[in-house]
Amino acid sequence: MHYFISPVLWQFLVKWLAHFPLFPPEASSVAPYADALFFFLLFISALGSGIVILMVVSFSVLYHKERNPEATQIEGSTLLEATWTIIPLALFMIVFVWGALLYFRIYNPPTNAMNIYVVGKQWMWKAEHPGGQHEIDALHVPVGRPVRLTMISQDVFHSFSIPAFRVKREVIPGRYTTVWFTATKPGTYHLFCTQYCGTLHSQMIGWVYAMKPEDYQAWLAGSTSGSSLAQNGERLFASLGCNACHSGNPSSRGPNLAEAYGAKVQLANGSYTVVDDAFLRDSILNPSSHVTAGYAPIMPTYQGQVSEEGLIDLVEYIKTLHSNDRVQQTLNTSLVQNSGSTTGTGASAQGQAAAETPRMVNK
Amino acid sequence: MSTIISLPDQSTATLPKRSYLNSEYGLKSWLLTLDHKRIGILYLIVTLFFFCIGGTMAALIRLNLLTPGGELVAADTYNKLFSIHGIIMVFFFLVPIAPAVLGNFLIPLMIGAKDVAFPRLNLLSWYLFVTGGCFELYAIIWGGMDTGWTFTTPLSTHYVNTHVVSAALGIFVAGFSSILTGVNFIVTIHRLRAPGMTWFRMPLFIWSYYATSILFVLATPVIAITLVLIVLERVIGIGVFDPAKGGDPLLFQHLFWFYSHPAVYVMILPGMGVISEVVACFSRKRVFGYTAVAFSSVAIAVFSFFVWAHHMFIMGISNYSALVFSLMTMLVAVPSAIKIFNWSSTMYKGSITFDTPMLYSFSFIGLFTIGGMTGVMLASLGMDIHLTETYFVVAHFHYVMVGGMVSAVMAGLHFWWPKITGRMYPEPLGRLAAAILFIGFNLTFFPQFIVGYLGMPRRYHSYPPEFQVLNVLSTAGASVLAIGYLLPAVYLLWSMKYGKIAGANPWQAPGLEWQVQSPPLTENFPEPPVVDFEAYDFEWLANHTKSEVQTVG
Repeated sequence: MHYFISPVLWQFLVKWLAHFPLFPPEASSVAPYADALFFFLLFISALGSGIVILMVVSFSVLYHKERNPEATQIEGSTLLEATWTIIPLALFMIVFVWGALLYFRIYNPPTNAMNIYVVGKQWMWKAEHPGGQHEIDALHVPVGRPVRLTMISQDVFHSFSIPAFRVKREVIPGRYTTVWFTATKPGTYHLFCTQYCGTLHSQMIGWVYAMKPEDYQAWLAGSTSGSSLAQNGERLFASLGCNACHSGNPSSRGPNLAEAYGAKVQLANGSYTVVDDAFLRDSILNPSSHVTAGYAPIMPTYQGQVSEEGLIDLVEYIKTLHSNDRVQQTLNTSLVQNSGSTTGTGASAQGQAAAETPRMVNK
Repeated sequence: MSTIISLPDQSTATLPKRSYLNSEYGLKSWLLTLDHKRIGILYLIVTLFFFCIGGTMAALIRLNLLTPGGELVAADTYNKLFSIHGIIMVFFFLVPIAPAVLGNFLIPLMIGAKDVAFPRLNLLSWYLFVTGGCFELYAIIWGGMDTGWTFTTPLSTHYVNTHVVSAALGIFVAGFSSILTGVNFIVTIHRLRAPGMTWFRMPLFIWSYYATSILFVLATPVIAITLVLIVLERVIGIGVFDPAKGGDPLLFQHLFWFYSHPAVYVMILPGMGVISEVVACFSRKRVFGYTAVAFSSVAIAVFSFFVWAHHMFIMGISNYSALVFSLMTMLVAVPSAIKIFNWSSTMYKGSITFDTPMLYSFSFIGLFTIGGMTGVMLASLGMDIHLTETYFVVAHFHYVMVGGMVSAVMAGLHFWWPKITGRMYPEPLGRLAAAILFIGFNLTFFPQFIVGYLGMPRRYHSYPPEFQVLNVLSTAGASVLAIGYLLPAVYLLWSMKYGKIAGANPWQAPGLEWQVQSPPLTENFPEPPVVDFEAYDFEWLANHTKSEVQTVG
């Protein structure tokens, strides 16, 4: 064979056949399900194309002009029309139901999934673990445990794709999207941005490290930044002065935040909603359209004052808030400091430091 | 050669003394013409010019992807290349090539009319198209745009500083050309059919162009207004798509795809019309299941308005609306399958010859089947999560748009070339080019299915090195494909002067357009025809020819 093509090309092909993949690794719990559907689709495609090719080729041979000089006029056949309407329709319906089941499997996270936040920005991925570990263009996850990603973009549309896991989800400015997976095989896998996002779109790539649980614990311990997301959130909460209104006192001007996450609240317009990440985020940025019933619409917007990472910290803090002790403690501390230092420099210095924290983790 | 239809004695055929080509001379007679055939030719020249630009961009894209590092051009340049390629090929080649070129030339001839209903509007459409094209050329020459052809917000509105405004305005202006052409065709088909040409005596070509025209009229206004919103957002920041101002970036996706999915059918339906004509003619048979094929065109046009969100399955639309759109997409696949089986069955008990247009039709049937089946894969919700936004999608829509539509355009261009110019193209070269196109196409785009399933994202300037071999194959195929386009360009130009004289009906086809001289008179028919025969009525044609011979003899 290699006598007929250039030796360079031959080497290239041999090397490729030995080393280059033709099929992606199956490294998550949904990957085998996705591939099963893919092989079924390949099968019906081959079947359909095969029938068409068979018809075209055999008629070309059988009814070639030399063999069949006179055509026989045929109007059509209702029976045949019905056949090739109903059989493809039935196959497509199977594909539809199968695909829908897979879709719901991939996009409905189990309740016990661990949560990791992902912020997309031109042109990098930033992952934030609840323990405060930050990583850029990388994602460390344990195998055998469901992981839910709560994702948001700081600028344009991005899309978070891990081909080896067969999962992908658009990352959109202004709203949280989620995706989940359970990695099954330890290893290193590609992480791509698949939505065109500007100049360095093709550089917005990274690696997913699926690790054995014990390795993952070791990594978590070795990568800690000193404070968890909730702790960052607490500092931000204090520095923005949120606790002035959300103190949890019966007379306070803002709703009580303890145990608020996951609760069902009535809004001023009478409708009910469940407090989730998206609701908390929107309430901070656009409070006037998320007023809880019984409260005056006095909260100012924090649009442009808090980064997406800061919002994640705040949401994470409110999630962990099970009583108002901490809020009131923070309140007391800041009051004490305010009254304690006559010049007020102490409090403002602390406030600045707290405000600096999210900015430092910003990039 | 025996496998070619025995042409009528061409040694005695002469070019008619008077035809639409020589009725008037000079540039002015072309630029101010109201003749639908000349306007068709004007469109052909402009769309082929844009095809050359789009094709050059494609060649540069493939060259850059030869190496994983993307060494040929910078990332910004690459982004501009694929944006220009997409915008030009979609809005300035695929959308106008079949409706405006073949439709303008053939619809009046096929239904026995003197011209389209509004000849002045028709010329205005061409000028609008050219004006839109000038905006686009301005945008390209003065630095290009890097939004992709999809103009995704907020990237296109807030983050890029290239010529988005003029590119969007160019499409906006050219959009009016589509709308007016659509109106013109609808009225022409309703009002100007010759006596006796009932709806079910119309060639299937007319049915598919009718469906296309409906899409033009109903869908194009949506993209026009969406692009105006993009321009306003960029220029004065109205904030319809800006979350910071309470807008919704997903709204743009809904509006854009509400046009752009029907637009996909604008690009493929006319091709289906061409294939119906060609397969019938070279099988010497009426199209199998005429009514089924006719109604499947209309069904595709109707269903195509209710599938747009299948471009957004991973964008966080509600899971339940995703279900509805997936179901509708499965339904729209059925009429296409019906057509494929009907064309294949048309060959049954036919008397088949393998002239160039027929070879291109085979290429269409094969490639469109693959394009269609991979479309079903993408419509399947869970599968779409892995496949969307990868090279799998790129391969899929190139199988439909290039494999399907461009094959059909080539089939149509060769089939009606004798009618347009009065001369034959060289048959052996035609067959060679059809074969080269088929091989080159598959070599270019089949590897992209594999690299897509591996996960290679689309619109990547550089890529991980393990995808290189498949990309090299693809680039190699693209160079074969380029020969497949250049060869016809050369011999078709050559044949305009040196080709054999065709005579009125070289294919012995029964359509009305073949019953007049080639090239036709400016007024098409010396006297208004009366249609007393069905579409694809080869027996009528045989009797007609026999009686003519007897009368003359």
